[in-house]
Amino acid sequence: MSMKVSTRQVDGVTILDLSGRITLGEGSVVLRDAIRDQLAKGNKSVLLNLGDVSYIDSSGIGELVSSFTTVKNSGGELKLLNLTKKVHDLLQITKLYTVFDVKDDEASAVASFTK
Amino acid sequence: MADSTTSRASFTLDSTLETVNRLELEAEQFAQRAGFSEDDIPNIAMAVREAAVNAVLHGNNYSTEKHVSASFETTSSDLVIKITDQGPGLDPDTIPDPLAPENILRGSGRGIFLIRAFMDEVHFRQTHPGTELTLIKHRTPAPAGN
Repeated sequence: MSMKVSTRQVDGVTILDLSGRITLGEGSVVLRDAIRDQLAKGNKSVLLNLGDVSYIDSSGIGELVSSFTTVKNSGGELKLLNLTKKVHDLLQITKLYTVFDVKDDEASAVASFTK
Repeated sequence: MADSTTSRASFTLDSTLETVNRLELEAEQFAQRAGFSEDDIPNIAMAVREAAVNAVLHGNNYSTEKHVSASFETTSSDLVIKITDQGPGLDPDTIPDPLAPENILRGSGRGIFLIRAFMDEVHFRQTHPGTELTLIKHRTPAPAGN
């Protein structure tokens, strides 16, 4: 049920592979800590792979927004990769789809970061 | 889709995240039994989850002294869910529009918006103290001949 994060580095971009649920409580906290850790390490190009995120609630959406602004305010970029239909629809409903830079191909997503 | 199947259940639960998960699951099961579509079921469950989060977190503030009451009722025409907290009361008119440009990057404040997006009717009632949220999803009549 809870969310898991694994981290990869590809061509200077930090890819966080998220799986599970991003919801109030554990999932949101895990994401917040993961973003904080990466920024502390100086990794400011962050790609969130949401392909295995089965569920997200309003708290999870809020955490995605907070992650986006936190990275941006640190001088970095945060982009989203592989949205499920459910997450895609939620970002559309909340008018956040155009706020985020959403990608569906990892290689082109990595290449799109400012180097 | 709808038939004459009716059912009802009610709960009084602690102000915990377990309550949020429990009510989300109950909503999913009630929606399935009421014959809602595969698209509608997770949306109904999410609306109930958001209402439960409001009750547990924003209403009761996780207080061990306060409880969340919930009822689920499937009538011939509707699925009706009521979730009541014992908090200070919520005035829906004071909730900022999460789609407004000045709010779009806020890290919270989308719960009530999602409830309204996914349910057919949403009603607030002040219970002094507390707020009762009524969520209604209409059961669509089955097409003639089915």
